[in-house]
Amino acid sequence: MKIAVLVKQVPGTESPLPIQSNQNWVDEGAVAYVMNESDNYALEEALQIREANDEGEVVAVSLGPDRSQKVIREALAKGADRGIHIQLDTAGMIDPLVTASYFADTFKDENFDLIFTGLQSDDLGMGQTGIILGELLGMSTASMAMATEVGGGKIKVKRELEAGWFQWVSLSLPASVSIQSGLNVPRYPSLKGIMGAKKKEIKVVTPSVANQSQSVEKVYVPQSDKQTVMIEGSVEQIVGKLVETFRNEIKVL
Amino acid sequence: MDILIVLEDSNGKIHRMGLESIVGAQKMAGELGLSIGALVMGANVDLLAEEASGLNVGEVLKVENELLSTYSADGYAEAVKQVIEQENPTYVIFGHTYQVRDYAPKVSAKLMKPFIVDNVSVTTNGGNSVFTKLMFNGKLFSDVTPTGDGPYLISFQSAAFSSEKADVGSAPVRDCTVNLDVSMIRTESEEPFQEEAGGIDLTSADIIVSVGRGIGKEGNIPLAKELAQALGGELASSRPVVDAGWLPAAHQIGSSGQSVSPKMYLALGISGAIQHVVGMKGSKNIVAINKDPEAPIFEIADYGVVGDVLEIIPKLTEAIQ
Repeated sequence: MKIAVLVKQVPGTESPLPIQSNQNWVDEGAVAYVMNESDNYALEEALQIREANDEGEVVAVSLGPDRSQKVIREALAKGADRGIHIQLDTAGMIDPLVTASYFADTFKDENFDLIFTGLQSDDLGMGQTGIILGELLGMSTASMAMATEVGGGKIKVKRELEAGWFQWVSLSLPASVSIQSGLNVPRYPSLKGIMGAKKKEIKVVTPSVANQSQSVEKVYVPQSDKQTVMIEGSVEQIVGKLVETFRNEIKVL
Repeated sequence: MDILIVLEDSNGKIHRMGLESIVGAQKMAGELGLSIGALVMGANVDLLAEEASGLNVGEVLKVENELLSTYSADGYAEAVKQVIEQENPTYVIFGHTYQVRDYAPKVSAKLMKPFIVDNVSVTTNGGNSVFTKLMFNGKLFSDVTPTGDGPYLISFQSAAFSSEKADVGSAPVRDCTVNLDVSMIRTESEEPFQEEAGGIDLTSADIIVSVGRGIGKEGNIPLAKELAQALGGELASSRPVVDAGWLPAAHQIGSSGQSVSPKMYLALGISGAIQHVVGMKGSKNIVAINKDPEAPIFEIADYGVVGDVLEIIPKLTEAIQ
């Protein structure tokens, strides 16, 4: 079983996101990056499948500038066998068709049985790259996996539907599946894993830049039309004002 | 037609987000002077076609095929692709439902045309549509335009438009044919099922105390529970809390959990990621406590406190008791 896991480096939930003066994108130099949350779960699921079958290979693949190698190293430290870095300045690049095409070109001769992606990235939130990639490579696809079972040339996926409903779907291999967060408990890298990761291969691929089919005109901070009453002071003062608000304004006490 | 709206079946009726997307399409059609059509598809879609024909959608395209009797990503993507090729619309509009998220990217790949997703609004600039979506987990807005020739696939976020505002009309119904073969469908689906909800109906609660990642650890959950009890409310959470195993999934509010609109929604350490906000933004009063002054939850809050939930919660519980 040969599994590719797409891992993306995205701004951490508490990272600053200053907007560039031309308003085209955020100032990436000021951003603190982490591995995309649902990608962590996708990686863990792939590692567990490899371990349960006692054979196979997990390849961590990331598209982005040089800094992206950090998340590939992190995946290698957690147990991925090798890495591929598709090296490209992706600032302001939002088009999932183009993104998926870079991966498809890179994967031409890899013959992966499975491709796992996180459900969506915490920066762009397009939620399409894995499915488009699967379609471009002629694979079957499914989104929002909450559990997986591999066997008999198939992968069975428990898909999350709306409003608390689920459905088991069986896909013929090769398949590309997007993984919802929460389906497993992602591991931390061990010290041995971190040391071992340094010896693992990261292949660097440099693609030529393609035209985008959708582009960002402007990024900006949402202007709320809602007037938010900010409650300030010491903890005691805040608590007093909250109780007053509950009683006199919202009338729930 | 210029704008094709793809409607989804939800237990024999048009999915609410489909109705909302009709409002979006009607707005675009009005501003740009474009014509509209609406697509219904399945094995037997007379009822859906009838419901759609009562709306101001220009015309209703009806596709019936046995291979569309149950949902499959392969079947639906191929059917929509064929209708787009036959009708050649400039815009193809979807509600951003879970089903659309599953198959519409395949249509995008088959046609090599962009799918601009999860938009909260559309405006017109120089005769072109500009789509606005949230990025960076709801912290920033982004205006996005398609480049190159259409068709452009577009989806609108839940509640981007009010479904009650869909103009009524009487649209003629036209039968369309798609060619599908059983070999195209590479998946087998079992019956959908619901997991034990745990007996918690958050939708009828007047007061909801909801915790997010900012609560820090599982050991702090009882603090929020005591506050909920003191207020006579229910305890709920955002997704990360459920993912971490701190609360069962039955407590989850948001796109993959319950949607609520209580008299008071007290958000404790919840950043306000869009997946959460769609499930609670209809609340009458939103009170948010978060240590990050930039947290997007403050954009929708009526009352906000920048502070440490762990310091405030116990004292608040005590004061209320």
